[in-house]
Amino acid sequence: MIGEQIIKGMAVTAKNFFGSYVSKERLTTVQYPEEHLAQKENTRQFPFLVYDGDDWETGLRCVACQICEKECPPKCIYIVKSKDKKPDYKGQPQIYPVTFDIDISVCMSCQICVEVCPFESIKMDTKFELSTADRFGGLLLTRDKLAKPNTYYQAIHPQDAAESDAVIAGEKAKAEAKAKAAAEAKVKADAEVKAKAAAAAAVAPMPVPAPPTPPPAPQ
Amino acid sequence: MFDQLDQIFVTALHWLVGFVPEAWRPLASSLICIAFILSVFPAVFSVTTIFERKGIGRIQNRYGPNRVGIPFTKIRLAGFGQFLPDGVKMLTKEDIVPRAADKVVHFLAPVVMLIPVLLAYAVLPFGKNMAVTDYDAGLLFFFAVGGAVEVSVFMAGWSSRNKYSLLGAMRAIAQMVSYEIPLILSAVTVVMVVGSLNLNDIIAHQNQYTFGVAHWHVFTPWGLVGFILFFIASLAESNRTPFDLPEAESEIIAGYFTEYSGFKFALFFLGEYLGMFAIIGLGITLFLGGWTSPVAFLAWIPSYVWFFTKLMAIVFIFIWIRATLPRLRMDQLMNFAWKFMLPLALINILVAGIWHYMAADWQRWLVCSVIIFGAYVVLGRGLMQNQKFGKRIYRYAE
Repeated sequence: MIGEQIIKGMAVTAKNFFGSYVSKERLTTVQYPEEHLAQKENTRQFPFLVYDGDDWETGLRCVACQICEKECPPKCIYIVKSKDKKPDYKGQPQIYPVTFDIDISVCMSCQICVEVCPFESIKMDTKFELSTADRFGGLLLTRDKLAKPNTYYQAIHPQDAAESDAVIAGEKAKAEAKAKAAAEAKVKADAEVKAKAAAAAAVAPMPVPAPPTPPPAPQ
Repeated sequence: MFDQLDQIFVTALHWLVGFVPEAWRPLASSLICIAFILSVFPAVFSVTTIFERKGIGRIQNRYGPNRVGIPFTKIRLAGFGQFLPDGVKMLTKEDIVPRAADKVVHFLAPVVMLIPVLLAYAVLPFGKNMAVTDYDAGLLFFFAVGGAVEVSVFMAGWSSRNKYSLLGAMRAIAQMVSYEIPLILSAVTVVMVVGSLNLNDIIAHQNQYTFGVAHWHVFTPWGLVGFILFFIASLAESNRTPFDLPEAESEIIAGYFTEYSGFKFALFFLGEYLGMFAIIGLGITLFLGGWTSPVAFLAWIPSYVWFFTKLMAIVFIFIWIRATLPRLRMDQLMNFAWKFMLPLALINILVAGIWHYMAADWQRWLVCSVIIFGAYVVLGRGLMQNQKFGKRIYRYAE
């Protein structure tokens, strides 16, 4: 009979209407500024700089190698190298960035800087509520705004952070092993030297080869 | 005390009119009534837009607008402040008139739309003694001014010089003319039974109670069918889904008011909703007892409360239908009007005559119900006869 299907359709919509007041699960809307959806593991917005420890200035992993600056397709990174050096996580003295600016109005979130960084120091952030009243200064993120602790990175990207931490730990272990080997070699050499000196006091000790000096930084 | 509450607006009107000199009283009285209509119904319109958006949202399992409340505070009012920014936005927008448009007609169309709609309120009784005019040919007047809306729609579509506008206007004319016939024929049954075109008389006829239940026309077989026909036709007359072909936004942008913006668009929007309220008000008056209470023991509730409750209930059904049914195709629209609604309205007139002349017992209920049910089934079969439902075949241009 004509009209039956209309009644059926009306029943469906009525069920939805009253159901939306009864069960919260029906409502798919997320009330955005108050509620947020859980973010996906691979969410990425703009880059940030990772630091270890508590103080961002001493713990910054970046060594101002400028690879990201050169690779950045829209050229939104600006780095100024330091004249002095500070020890990195391996205890090795390294140059650090005095200025590290990212203009997020230019950045296209391509993640190339993250992929080319050999020091696990630049990573992608998930913060997206970055609107500001100042479209020049407000969108130019300086070093202090970019620096975020490793714990933060572990929180936003647990999987990637674990991989990154493993790389860092590997590097550290390698460096330590190297240092240990070097120390052992030194001890051995010293002992040999001593033995040789004891065997033939007249013979002079062999000179230890000097570590290779790093190439001068391009100015 | 309840009587005083019921008559509070009437008393207030008399009190206000008492301040002006004797000669000016009719003018003052009508001015106050006009002010009442011009303030109350646009207010109902603004609230309805929120109800509509929220209702459709809920039907689609969304919240709908729920942000805007009182400005400069954190109070949200569940989004019921939304109409204010909407209105301000609409009124402050640029008014664009197409270069090729007929400027005068383009300007006049929204005005021509609104004036007949407002005139139609003159005969509607909003409550006991609350009709603006006690006009003997009230129903005729209502349909006469209602017919003028079609002119404005075609003025808008023609003067815009836009193919979408023109298509929308043509569709609107075809639709409104087709559906005006079942609309009026379904109202004719009431006139036959009551014997008067005066809307106050029609309500008085329904304002009687047997066993505590009102004599609303919708509680009779012819009244029920008449009400359903009237309801469907009023959906079509107010261009509501599923009869929103004249402004089908997915096909012809906004139909006849594609080229309207700013204040003129707002006027069209307002005119459309006010027309909807007017026609619903007429439907309530004809079939749902107007401002009367359905059961005797609730008769103490003020009459205008009943009227506006019924109005909002029907508006809710309109919204519900809008959220449920898809738009008809033009041929389906025409078939439905001419092959189903018109014959059923004619048979309904016959049934109303039988009802009037048969003795008031169970036999006339049986006879009338059987005729109407049979007609409904047969006409429904006839309408669906040539419908082929199956896999749709698409043909593309080579």
